[in-house]
Amino acid sequence: MQALFGQLLIGLINGAFYAMLSLGLAIIFGLLNIINFTHGAQYMMGAFCAWFLLRYAHVGGWHPGYWSSLVIAPVVVGAVGIVIERTMLKRLYNLDHLYGLLLTFGLALVIQGVFRNSFGSSGMPYEIPSLLAGGVNLGFMYLPIYRAWVIVASLAICIATWYVIERTKLGSYLRAATENPTLVQAFGINVPLMITLTFGFGVGLAALAGVMAAPIYQVNPLMGADLIIVVFAVVVIGGMGSIMGAILTGFGLGVVEGLTKYFYAEASTTVIFVIMVVVLMIKPAGLFGREH
Amino acid sequence: MPESAQRERPPAAAAAAPLLAVRELQAWYGESHILHGVSFDVAPGEVVTLLGRNGAGKTTTLKSIMGVVPRRSGSIVFEGAETIGLPSNRIARLGLAWCPEERGIFSSLDVEENLMLPPKVRDGGLSVEQIYALFPNLAERRGSQGTKLSGGEQQMLAIGRILRTGARLLLLDEPTEGLAPVIVQQIGRTIVKLKAQGFTILLVEQNFHFAATVADRHCVMEHGRIVDVIANAELDANMPKLHKYLGV
Repeated sequence: MQALFGQLLIGLINGAFYAMLSLGLAIIFGLLNIINFTHGAQYMMGAFCAWFLLRYAHVGGWHPGYWSSLVIAPVVVGAVGIVIERTMLKRLYNLDHLYGLLLTFGLALVIQGVFRNSFGSSGMPYEIPSLLAGGVNLGFMYLPIYRAWVIVASLAICIATWYVIERTKLGSYLRAATENPTLVQAFGINVPLMITLTFGFGVGLAALAGVMAAPIYQVNPLMGADLIIVVFAVVVIGGMGSIMGAILTGFGLGVVEGLTKYFYAEASTTVIFVIMVVVLMIKPAGLFGREH
Repeated sequence: MPESAQRERPPAAAAAAPLLAVRELQAWYGESHILHGVSFDVAPGEVVTLLGRNGAGKTTTLKSIMGVVPRRSGSIVFEGAETIGLPSNRIARLGLAWCPEERGIFSSLDVEENLMLPPKVRDGGLSVEQIYALFPNLAERRGSQGTKLSGGEQQMLAIGRILRTGARLLLLDEPTEGLAPVIVQQIGRTIVKLKAQGFTILLVEQNFHFAATVADRHCVMEHGRIVDVIANAELDANMPKLHKYLGV
Protein backbone atom coordinates (compact mmCIF):
# COMPACT_ATOMS: atom_id res chain seq x y z
CA MET A 1 0.00 0.00 0.00
CA GLN A 2 2.82 2.39 0.92
CA ALA A 3 4.40 1.69 -2.44
CA LEU A 4 1.18 2.38 -4.33
CA PHE A 5 0.71 5.78 -2.69
CA GLY A 6 4.38 6.50 -3.21
CA GLN A 7 4.05 5.86 -6.94
CA LEU A 8 0.82 7.86 -7.08
CA LEU A 9 2.64 10.81 -5.52
CA ILE A 10 5.51 10.52 -7.99
CA GLY A 11 2.91 10.31 -10.75
CA LEU A 12 1.22 13.48 -9.53
CA ILE A 13 4.59 15.28 -9.34
CA ASN A 14 5.49 14.26 -12.87
CA GLY A 15 1.95 15.16 -13.92
CA ALA A 16 2.39 18.63 -12.43
CA PHE A 17 5.40 19.22 -14.67
CA TYR A 18 3.71 17.68 -17.70
CA ALA A 19 0.74 19.97 -17.13
CA MET A 20 2.76 23.18 -16.74
CA LEU A 21 4.91 22.43 -19.75
CA SER A 22 2.13 21.25 -22.05
CA LEU A 23 0.05 24.27 -21.03
CA GLY A 24 2.79 26.61 -22.26
CA LEU A 25 3.18 24.60 -25.46
CA ALA A 26 -0.56 24.69 -26.08
CA ILE A 27 -0.78 28.47 -25.62
CA ILE A 28 2.22 29.07 -27.87
CA PHE A 29 0.96 26.72 -30.55
CA GLY A 30 -2.49 28.29 -30.43
CA LEU A 31 -1.36 31.84 -31.08
CA LEU A 32 1.97 31.48 -32.88
CA ASN A 33 1.36 28.24 -34.78
CA ILE A 34 4.84 27.25 -33.65
CA ILE A 35 5.60 23.86 -32.16
CA ASN A 36 8.13 25.05 -29.64
CA PHE A 37 10.76 22.35 -29.38
CA THR A 38 12.93 24.70 -27.32
CA HIS A 39 10.48 24.31 -24.47
CA GLY A 40 12.50 21.60 -22.72
CA ALA A 41 15.69 23.63 -22.99
CA GLN A 42 13.86 26.64 -21.57
CA TYR A 43 12.66 24.52 -18.64
CA MET A 44 16.28 23.52 -18.07
CA MET A 45 17.38 27.17 -18.32
CA GLY A 46 14.87 28.01 -15.57
CA ALA A 47 16.44 25.40 -13.30
CA PHE A 48 19.94 26.64 -14.15
CA CYS A 49 18.92 30.21 -13.54
CA ALA A 50 17.76 29.24 -10.02
CA TRP A 51 20.96 27.28 -9.40
CA PHE A 52 23.09 30.15 -10.65
CA LEU A 53 21.28 32.70 -8.48
CA LEU A 54 21.69 30.51 -5.39
CA ARG A 55 25.33 29.81 -6.09
CA TYR A 56 26.79 33.04 -7.39
CA ALA A 57 24.47 36.00 -7.14
CA HIS A 58 25.06 38.55 -4.42
CA VAL A 59 23.33 41.88 -4.56
CA GLY A 60 24.70 43.84 -1.64
CA GLY A 61 23.91 41.59 1.31
CA TRP A 62 21.06 39.84 -0.52
CA HIS A 63 21.39 36.29 -1.81
CA PRO A 64 18.53 35.42 -4.10
CA GLY A 65 17.36 31.94 -3.12
CA TYR A 66 14.53 29.68 -4.17
CA TRP A 67 11.69 32.13 -3.60
CA SER A 68 13.27 34.97 -5.56
CA SER A 69 14.17 32.49 -8.29
CA LEU A 70 10.49 31.66 -8.75
CA VAL A 71 10.12 35.23 -10.01
CA ILE A 72 13.53 36.03 -11.47
CA ALA A 73 14.06 32.85 -13.54
CA PRO A 74 10.75 33.07 -15.48
CA VAL A 75 11.40 36.75 -16.20
CA VAL A 76 14.99 36.17 -17.39
CA VAL A 77 14.23 33.07 -19.45
CA GLY A 78 10.99 34.64 -20.74
CA ALA A 79 13.03 37.66 -21.88
CA VAL A 80 15.43 35.37 -23.73
CA GLY A 81 12.36 33.78 -25.33
CA ILE A 82 11.11 37.20 -26.41
CA VAL A 83 14.43 37.91 -28.10
CA ILE A 84 14.18 34.58 -29.94
CA GLU A 85 10.61 35.41 -31.02
CA ARG A 86 11.47 38.93 -32.21
CA THR A 87 14.63 37.98 -34.07
CA MET A 88 13.81 34.52 -35.45
CA LEU A 89 10.33 33.06 -34.96
CA LYS A 90 8.50 36.09 -36.36
CA ARG A 91 9.99 35.38 -39.77
CA LEU A 92 8.34 31.96 -39.85
CA TYR A 93 4.68 32.73 -39.16
CA ASN A 94 3.61 32.55 -42.78
CA LEU A 95 5.45 29.31 -43.42
CA ASP A 96 4.62 25.69 -42.75
CA HIS A 97 4.72 24.37 -39.13
CA LEU A 98 7.76 22.36 -40.09
CA TYR A 99 10.01 25.43 -40.26
CA GLY A 100 9.19 26.55 -36.74
CA LEU A 101 9.67 23.01 -35.51
CA LEU A 102 13.07 22.71 -37.18
CA LEU A 103 14.25 26.09 -35.94
CA THR A 104 13.21 25.50 -32.33
CA PHE A 105 14.59 21.95 -32.41
CA GLY A 106 17.94 23.30 -33.61
CA LEU A 107 17.90 26.00 -30.97
CA ALA A 108 17.21 23.41 -28.27
CA LEU A 109 20.25 21.39 -29.41
CA VAL A 110 22.43 24.52 -29.43
CA ILE A 111 21.30 25.64 -25.97
CA GLN A 112 21.68 22.17 -24.46
CA GLY A 113 25.08 21.79 -26.09
CA VAL A 114 26.32 25.09 -24.69
CA PHE A 115 25.13 24.20 -21.18
CA ARG A 116 26.64 20.72 -21.34
CA ASN A 117 29.95 22.16 -22.47
CA SER A 118 29.97 24.65 -19.63
CA PHE A 119 28.55 22.56 -16.80
CA GLY A 120 29.08 18.91 -17.75
CA SER A 121 26.21 16.46 -17.70
CA SER A 122 26.49 15.00 -14.22
CA GLY A 123 23.95 17.32 -12.67
CA MET A 124 24.16 19.76 -9.79
CA PRO A 125 22.24 19.38 -6.54
CA TYR A 126 19.82 22.10 -5.53
CA GLU A 127 18.70 22.13 -1.94
CA ILE A 128 15.08 22.15 -0.92
CA PRO A 129 14.34 25.58 0.61
CA SER A 130 14.34 25.32 4.40
CA LEU A 131 10.71 26.42 4.69
CA LEU A 132 9.60 23.40 2.67
CA ALA A 133 12.06 20.84 4.00
CA GLY A 134 10.97 17.72 5.84
CA GLY A 135 7.69 15.89 5.55
CA VAL A 136 4.63 14.70 7.36
CA ASN A 137 3.49 11.18 8.12
CA LEU A 138 -0.06 10.82 6.87
CA GLY A 139 -0.43 7.39 8.43
CA PHE A 140 -0.71 5.55 5.12
CA MET A 141 2.35 7.26 3.66
CA TYR A 142 5.13 9.76 4.23
CA LEU A 143 4.55 13.02 2.34
CA PRO A 144 7.56 15.26 1.70
CA ILE A 145 6.36 18.85 2.09
CA TYR A 146 8.24 20.10 -0.97
CA ARG A 147 6.46 17.59 -3.21
CA ALA A 148 3.09 18.57 -1.82
CA TRP A 149 4.01 22.19 -2.52
CA VAL A 150 4.91 21.42 -6.14
CA ILE A 151 1.55 19.74 -6.75
CA VAL A 152 -0.47 22.52 -5.11
CA ALA A 153 1.54 25.35 -6.68
CA SER A 154 1.44 23.95 -10.19
CA LEU A 155 -2.27 23.23 -9.90
CA ALA A 156 -2.80 26.84 -8.81
CA ILE A 157 -0.69 28.15 -11.69
CA CYS A 158 -2.54 26.00 -14.22
CA ILE A 159 -5.97 27.03 -12.94
CA ALA A 160 -4.99 30.71 -12.84
CA THR A 161 -3.74 30.50 -16.43
CA TRP A 162 -6.91 28.72 -17.53
CA TYR A 163 -9.02 31.38 -15.79
CA VAL A 164 -7.20 34.26 -17.44
CA ILE A 165 -7.52 32.73 -20.90
CA GLU A 166 -11.09 31.45 -20.68
CA ARG A 167 -12.78 33.98 -18.42
CA THR A 168 -11.20 37.42 -18.81
CA LYS A 169 -11.20 40.16 -21.41
CA LEU A 170 -7.47 39.70 -22.01
CA GLY A 171 -8.12 36.01 -22.57
CA SER A 172 -10.88 36.78 -25.07
CA TYR A 173 -8.34 38.77 -27.12
CA LEU A 174 -6.02 35.78 -26.97
CA ARG A 175 -8.70 33.28 -27.98
CA ALA A 176 -9.92 35.54 -30.78
CA ALA A 177 -6.40 36.18 -32.07
CA THR A 178 -5.78 32.43 -32.06
CA GLU A 179 -8.71 32.09 -34.48
CA ASN A 180 -8.28 35.18 -36.66
CA PRO A 181 -5.29 37.42 -35.86
CA THR A 182 -5.86 39.68 -38.87
CA LEU A 183 -9.35 40.67 -37.77
CA VAL A 184 -8.38 41.15 -34.12
CA GLN A 185 -5.59 43.48 -35.23
CA ALA A 186 -8.02 45.35 -37.48
CA PHE A 187 -10.13 46.01 -34.37
CA GLY A 188 -7.23 48.00 -32.96
CA ILE A 189 -5.35 45.40 -30.91
CA ASN A 190 -1.59 45.27 -31.24
CA VAL A 191 -1.48 41.58 -32.17
CA PRO A 192 2.27 41.36 -32.90
CA LEU A 193 2.97 42.65 -29.38
CA MET A 194 0.46 40.19 -27.96
CA ILE A 195 2.18 37.33 -29.80
CA THR A 196 5.56 38.34 -28.41
CA LEU A 197 4.27 38.60 -24.84
CA THR A 198 2.39 35.31 -25.13
CA PHE A 199 5.54 33.54 -26.23
CA GLY A 200 7.41 35.18 -23.34
CA PHE A 201 4.68 33.98 -20.96
CA GLY A 202 4.71 30.39 -22.25
CA VAL A 203 8.49 30.27 -22.01
CA GLY A 204 8.36 31.84 -18.54
CA LEU A 205 5.97 29.08 -17.50
CA ALA A 206 8.52 26.49 -18.63
CA ALA A 207 11.24 28.26 -16.65
CA LEU A 208 9.00 28.37 -13.58
CA ALA A 209 8.49 24.63 -13.87
CA GLY A 210 12.27 24.30 -14.15
CA VAL A 211 12.82 26.19 -10.87
CA MET A 212 10.25 24.02 -9.13
CA ALA A 213 11.87 20.90 -10.55
CA ALA A 214 15.42 21.83 -9.47
CA PRO A 215 15.18 20.48 -5.88
CA ILE A 216 13.52 17.25 -7.07
CA TYR A 217 15.44 16.20 -10.18
CA GLN A 218 18.76 18.05 -9.73
CA VAL A 219 19.94 20.62 -12.26
CA ASN A 220 21.17 18.99 -15.45
CA PRO A 221 21.65 20.32 -19.00
CA LEU A 222 19.62 17.44 -20.41
CA MET A 223 16.79 17.48 -17.86
CA GLY A 224 14.48 19.10 -20.40
CA ALA A 225 15.48 16.95 -23.35
CA ASP A 226 14.22 13.81 -21.59
CA LEU A 227 11.05 15.44 -20.39
CA ILE A 228 9.99 17.25 -23.55
CA ILE A 229 9.40 14.06 -25.53
CA VAL A 230 6.86 12.88 -22.97
CA VAL A 231 5.34 16.35 -22.82
CA PHE A 232 4.81 16.35 -26.58
CA ALA A 233 3.02 13.01 -26.25
CA VAL A 234 0.86 14.62 -23.55
CA VAL A 235 0.03 17.52 -25.85
CA VAL A 236 -0.86 15.18 -28.70
CA ILE A 237 -3.13 13.13 -26.42
CA GLY A 238 -4.82 16.19 -24.95
CA GLY A 239 -5.19 17.97 -28.27
CA MET A 240 -3.06 20.85 -29.53
CA GLY A 241 -4.38 24.23 -28.55
CA SER A 242 -6.77 23.16 -25.76
CA ILE A 243 -5.90 24.78 -22.42
CA MET A 244 -8.01 22.64 -20.09
CA GLY A 245 -7.08 19.60 -22.17
CA ALA A 246 -3.37 20.24 -21.58
CA ILE A 247 -3.85 20.57 -17.81
CA LEU A 248 -6.09 17.53 -17.31
CA THR A 249 -4.06 15.32 -19.63
CA GLY A 250 -0.83 16.39 -17.94
CA PHE A 251 -1.94 15.43 -14.45
CA GLY A 252 -3.91 12.41 -15.67
CA LEU A 253 -1.03 10.88 -17.59
CA GLY A 254 1.35 11.50 -14.70
CA VAL A 255 -0.96 9.43 -12.52
CA VAL A 256 -1.36 6.74 -15.17
CA GLU A 257 2.41 6.53 -15.41
CA GLY A 258 2.73 6.25 -11.63
CA LEU A 259 0.11 3.52 -11.45
CA THR A 260 1.80 1.61 -14.24
CA LYS A 261 5.03 1.76 -12.28
CA TYR A 262 3.26 0.05 -9.40
CA PHE A 263 1.31 -2.59 -11.32
CA TYR A 264 3.65 -3.32 -14.24
CA ALA A 265 6.87 -1.37 -13.90
CA GLU A 266 8.32 -2.59 -17.19
CA ALA A 267 5.69 -0.65 -19.16
CA SER A 268 5.93 2.60 -17.18
CA THR A 269 8.14 4.44 -19.67
CA THR A 270 6.12 3.39 -22.71
CA VAL A 271 2.55 3.56 -21.42
CA ILE A 272 2.13 7.23 -22.41
CA PHE A 273 3.22 6.50 -25.97
CA VAL A 274 0.89 3.53 -26.20
CA ILE A 275 -1.97 5.80 -25.09
CA MET A 276 -0.84 8.36 -27.66
CA VAL A 277 -1.05 5.80 -30.46
CA VAL A 278 -4.49 4.63 -29.36
CA VAL A 279 -5.81 8.20 -29.05
CA LEU A 280 -4.41 9.15 -32.45
CA MET A 281 -6.21 6.20 -34.02
CA ILE A 282 -9.57 6.91 -32.36
CA LYS A 283 -9.56 10.70 -32.05
CA PRO A 284 -6.81 12.25 -34.20
CA ALA A 285 -7.45 15.76 -32.85
CA GLY A 286 -6.75 14.61 -29.29
CA LEU A 287 -9.08 14.02 -26.35
CA PHE A 288 -9.95 17.70 -25.94
CA GLY A 289 -9.00 18.99 -29.39
CA ARG A 290 -11.50 20.42 -31.81
CA GLU A 291 -11.72 18.72 -35.18
CA HIS A 292 -11.44 21.12 -38.09
CA MET B 1 -24.63 82.03 -43.76
CA PRO B 2 -25.27 81.07 -40.13
CA GLU B 3 -23.42 78.06 -38.94
CA SER B 4 -26.51 75.99 -38.25
CA ALA B 5 -27.68 76.39 -41.81
CA GLN B 6 -24.33 75.17 -43.02
CA ARG B 7 -24.62 72.06 -40.93
CA GLU B 8 -28.01 71.31 -42.41
CA ARG B 9 -26.69 71.05 -45.91
CA PRO B 10 -26.87 67.55 -47.31
CA PRO B 11 -23.72 65.78 -46.17
CA ALA B 12 -23.07 64.54 -49.67
CA ALA B 13 -22.26 68.06 -50.77
CA ALA B 14 -18.88 68.07 -52.42
CA ALA B 15 -17.81 71.19 -50.55
CA ALA B 16 -17.52 69.39 -47.19
CA ALA B 17 -14.04 68.11 -46.40
CA PRO B 18 -14.11 64.37 -47.07
CA LEU B 19 -13.97 62.03 -44.09
CA LEU B 20 -12.09 59.57 -46.25
CA ALA B 21 -10.05 60.44 -49.33
CA VAL B 22 -8.56 57.60 -51.36
CA ARG B 23 -6.08 58.51 -54.11
CA GLU B 24 -4.31 56.28 -56.61
CA LEU B 25 -4.63 53.28 -54.33
CA GLN B 26 -2.82 50.19 -55.58
CA ALA B 27 -2.75 46.82 -53.86
CA TRP B 28 -1.12 43.45 -54.40
CA TYR B 29 -1.55 39.90 -53.15
CA GLY B 30 1.85 38.37 -53.75
CA GLU B 31 2.43 38.68 -57.48
CA SER B 32 -1.13 39.59 -58.38
CA HIS B 33 -1.78 43.26 -58.80
CA ILE B 34 -5.40 43.77 -57.71
CA LEU B 35 -5.99 47.52 -57.45
CA HIS B 36 -4.68 49.78 -60.21
CA GLY B 37 -5.18 53.29 -58.86
CA VAL B 38 -8.49 53.60 -57.00
CA SER B 39 -9.56 57.17 -56.18
CA PHE B 40 -12.74 58.34 -54.44
CA ASP B 41 -13.99 60.38 -51.49
CA VAL B 42 -16.51 59.71 -48.77
CA ALA B 43 -18.05 62.74 -47.08
CA PRO B 44 -19.02 62.71 -43.40
CA GLY B 45 -22.46 61.15 -42.88
CA GLU B 46 -22.61 59.70 -46.37
CA VAL B 47 -23.45 56.13 -47.35
CA VAL B 48 -21.36 55.18 -50.39
CA THR B 49 -21.36 51.81 -52.10
CA LEU B 50 -18.72 50.07 -54.13
CA LEU B 51 -20.52 48.17 -56.87
CA GLY B 52 -18.99 45.84 -59.38
CA ARG B 53 -18.65 42.29 -60.56
CA ASN B 54 -16.81 39.57 -58.73
CA GLY B 55 -13.09 40.23 -58.79
CA ALA B 56 -13.42 43.96 -59.57
CA GLY B 57 -11.50 44.82 -56.39
CA LYS B 58 -14.29 45.93 -54.03
CA THR B 59 -13.30 43.76 -51.09
CA THR B 60 -9.61 44.49 -51.66
CA THR B 61 -10.41 48.21 -51.56
CA LEU B 62 -12.01 47.83 -48.11
CA LYS B 63 -9.15 45.67 -46.92
CA SER B 64 -6.61 48.17 -48.20
CA ILE B 65 -8.34 51.00 -46.35
CA MET B 66 -8.25 48.86 -43.19
CA GLY B 67 -4.58 47.99 -43.80
CA VAL B 68 -4.96 44.22 -43.97
CA VAL B 69 -3.55 43.56 -47.45
CA PRO B 70 0.07 42.44 -47.74
CA ARG B 71 1.15 45.37 -49.94
CA ARG B 72 -0.47 48.66 -50.92
CA SER B 73 0.56 52.09 -52.14
CA GLY B 74 -1.03 55.42 -52.93
CA SER B 75 -2.79 57.58 -50.38
CA ILE B 76 -5.63 56.98 -47.93
CA VAL B 77 -6.42 60.04 -45.82
CA PHE B 78 -8.88 59.68 -42.94
CA GLU B 79 -9.90 62.93 -41.19
CA GLY B 80 -6.81 64.59 -42.60
CA ALA B 81 -4.40 61.85 -41.41
CA GLU B 82 -2.47 59.76 -43.92
CA THR B 83 -2.89 56.06 -43.08
CA ILE B 84 -1.13 54.28 -45.95
CA GLY B 85 1.95 53.49 -43.85
CA LEU B 86 0.12 52.46 -40.66
CA PRO B 87 -0.53 48.92 -39.39
CA SER B 88 -4.20 47.96 -39.14
CA ASN B 89 -4.39 48.31 -35.35
CA ARG B 90 -3.31 51.96 -35.60
CA ILE B 91 -5.78 52.58 -38.42
CA ALA B 92 -8.62 51.14 -36.33
CA ARG B 93 -7.70 53.47 -33.47
CA LEU B 94 -8.30 56.47 -35.75
CA GLY B 95 -11.99 55.55 -35.91
CA LEU B 96 -12.50 53.10 -38.78
CA ALA B 97 -14.15 49.74 -38.30
CA TRP B 98 -14.43 46.81 -40.65
CA CYS B 99 -17.09 44.15 -40.97
CA PRO B 100 -15.51 41.49 -43.20
CA GLU B 101 -17.34 39.53 -45.87
CA GLU B 102 -16.87 36.25 -44.00
CA ARG B 103 -18.20 38.04 -40.87
CA GLY B 104 -15.37 36.81 -38.66
CA ILE B 105 -17.43 35.63 -35.71
CA PHE B 106 -15.17 33.88 -33.19
CA SER B 107 -16.24 30.35 -32.32
CA SER B 108 -14.29 30.27 -29.06
CA LEU B 109 -16.17 33.36 -27.80
CA ASP B 110 -19.82 33.59 -26.85
CA VAL B 111 -22.10 36.24 -28.35
CA GLU B 112 -21.48 38.77 -25.61
CA GLU B 113 -17.71 38.24 -25.71
CA ASN B 114 -17.81 38.69 -29.50
CA LEU B 115 -19.78 41.89 -29.02
CA MET B 116 -17.39 43.23 -26.38
CA LEU B 117 -14.21 42.21 -28.19
CA PRO B 118 -13.36 45.29 -30.30
CA PRO B 119 -11.87 47.88 -27.98
CA LYS B 120 -13.40 51.36 -27.75
CA VAL B 121 -11.38 53.67 -29.94
CA ARG B 122 -13.40 56.82 -29.28
CA ASP B 123 -16.34 58.12 -27.30
CA GLY B 124 -19.75 58.19 -28.87
CA GLY B 125 -20.24 54.54 -29.72
CA LEU B 126 -23.52 52.76 -29.08
CA SER B 127 -24.03 51.16 -25.69
CA VAL B 128 -24.55 47.42 -25.45
CA GLU B 129 -28.24 48.07 -24.62
CA GLN B 130 -28.62 50.18 -27.77
CA ILE B 131 -27.05 47.41 -29.85
CA TYR B 132 -29.36 44.82 -28.32
CA ALA B 133 -32.29 47.15 -29.01
CA LEU B 134 -31.17 47.36 -32.64
CA PHE B 135 -30.77 43.58 -32.89
CA PRO B 136 -33.11 41.94 -30.34
CA ASN B 137 -32.11 38.44 -31.54
CA LEU B 138 -28.62 38.98 -30.16
CA ALA B 139 -29.90 39.80 -26.67
CA GLU B 140 -31.77 36.50 -26.53
CA ARG B 141 -28.69 34.57 -27.53
CA ARG B 142 -26.01 36.46 -25.64
CA GLY B 143 -24.69 33.30 -23.94
CA SER B 144 -24.53 31.18 -27.10
CA GLN B 145 -21.31 30.27 -28.84
CA GLY B 146 -20.74 32.86 -31.57
CA THR B 147 -20.75 30.47 -34.49
CA LYS B 148 -23.92 28.66 -33.32
CA LEU B 149 -25.97 31.66 -34.51
CA SER B 150 -27.82 31.66 -37.82
CA GLY B 151 -26.19 33.45 -40.75
CA GLY B 152 -28.42 36.49 -40.25
CA GLU B 153 -27.71 36.66 -36.53
CA GLN B 154 -23.98 36.34 -37.19
CA GLN B 155 -24.21 39.26 -39.60
CA MET B 156 -26.04 41.33 -36.98
CA LEU B 157 -23.35 40.44 -34.46
CA ALA B 158 -20.59 41.36 -36.91
CA ILE B 159 -22.21 44.77 -37.50
CA GLY B 160 -23.27 45.23 -33.88
CA ARG B 161 -19.83 44.76 -32.40
CA ILE B 162 -18.27 47.56 -34.45
CA LEU B 163 -20.95 50.03 -33.38
CA ARG B 164 -19.73 49.94 -29.77
CA THR B 165 -16.24 51.16 -30.59
CA GLY B 166 -17.02 54.76 -31.42
CA ALA B 167 -15.71 54.35 -34.97
CA ARG B 168 -17.30 56.91 -37.29
CA LEU B 169 -16.58 55.18 -40.59
CA LEU B 170 -17.96 51.67 -41.03
CA LEU B 171 -16.63 49.47 -43.82
CA LEU B 172 -19.29 46.83 -44.51
CA ASP B 173 -18.41 44.05 -46.91
CA GLU B 174 -21.52 42.47 -48.49
CA PRO B 175 -23.61 42.42 -45.34
CA THR B 176 -26.61 40.94 -47.20
CA GLU B 177 -24.80 38.09 -48.90
CA GLY B 178 -26.62 34.78 -48.58
CA LEU B 179 -29.32 36.10 -46.26
CA ALA B 180 -33.09 35.69 -46.44
CA PRO B 181 -35.00 38.70 -47.83
CA VAL B 182 -36.57 39.53 -44.47
CA ILE B 183 -33.10 39.71 -42.86
CA VAL B 184 -31.81 41.79 -45.78
CA GLN B 185 -34.64 44.26 -45.10
CA GLN B 186 -33.73 44.40 -41.43
CA ILE B 187 -30.10 45.11 -42.26
CA GLY B 188 -31.23 47.77 -44.73
CA ARG B 189 -33.31 49.48 -42.03
CA THR B 190 -30.34 49.28 -39.68
CA ILE B 191 -28.07 51.00 -42.17
CA VAL B 192 -30.61 53.78 -42.64
CA LYS B 193 -30.85 54.20 -38.84
CA LEU B 194 -27.07 54.29 -38.50
CA LYS B 195 -26.84 56.94 -41.19
CA ALA B 196 -29.44 58.98 -39.33
CA GLN B 197 -27.27 58.72 -36.22
CA GLY B 198 -24.37 60.23 -38.12
CA PHE B 199 -22.36 57.15 -39.03
CA THR B 200 -20.53 57.23 -42.35
CA ILE B 201 -20.70 53.97 -44.24
CA LEU B 202 -18.73 52.51 -47.11
CA LEU B 203 -20.63 49.49 -48.35
CA VAL B 204 -19.54 46.78 -50.75
CA GLU B 205 -22.52 45.25 -52.52
CA GLN B 206 -23.31 42.91 -55.36
CA ASN B 207 -27.01 43.48 -54.90
CA PHE B 208 -27.57 46.97 -56.25
CA HIS B 209 -31.33 46.83 -55.71
CA PHE B 210 -30.47 46.67 -52.02
CA ALA B 211 -27.75 49.31 -52.41
CA ALA B 212 -30.23 51.69 -54.01
CA THR B 213 -32.42 51.62 -50.90
CA VAL B 214 -29.68 52.80 -48.54
CA ALA B 215 -26.95 54.67 -50.40
CA ASP B 216 -26.29 58.29 -51.39
CA ARG B 217 -23.77 57.46 -54.07
CA HIS B 218 -22.47 54.46 -55.95
CA CYS B 219 -18.87 53.99 -57.09
CA VAL B 220 -18.67 51.41 -59.84
CA MET B 221 -15.51 49.34 -59.95
CA GLU B 222 -14.04 47.42 -62.84
CA HIS B 223 -10.61 45.76 -63.07
CA GLY B 224 -9.27 47.41 -59.93
CA ARG B 225 -10.39 50.96 -60.75
CA ILE B 226 -13.38 53.19 -60.11
CA VAL B 227 -14.90 53.63 -63.56
CA ASP B 228 -18.01 55.63 -62.70
CA VAL B 229 -19.71 57.43 -59.83
CA ILE B 230 -23.50 57.64 -59.87
CA ALA B 231 -25.60 59.60 -57.36
CA ASN B 232 -28.46 57.51 -56.01
CA ALA B 233 -30.97 60.09 -57.27
CA GLU B 234 -29.70 59.57 -60.81
CA LEU B 235 -29.76 55.82 -60.59
CA ASP B 236 -32.85 55.35 -62.77
CA ALA B 237 -31.41 57.46 -65.57
CA ASN B 238 -28.20 55.47 -65.46
CA MET B 239 -29.78 52.04 -65.31
CA PRO B 240 -28.71 50.88 -68.80
CA LYS B 241 -25.12 51.88 -68.07
CA LEU B 242 -25.20 50.16 -64.71
CA HIS B 243 -26.59 46.97 -66.21
CA LYS B 244 -23.70 46.97 -68.62
CA TYR B 245 -21.13 47.45 -65.80
CA LEU B 246 -22.60 44.80 -63.61
CA GLY B 247 -23.51 42.40 -66.38
CA VAL B 248 -26.95 41.70 -64.93
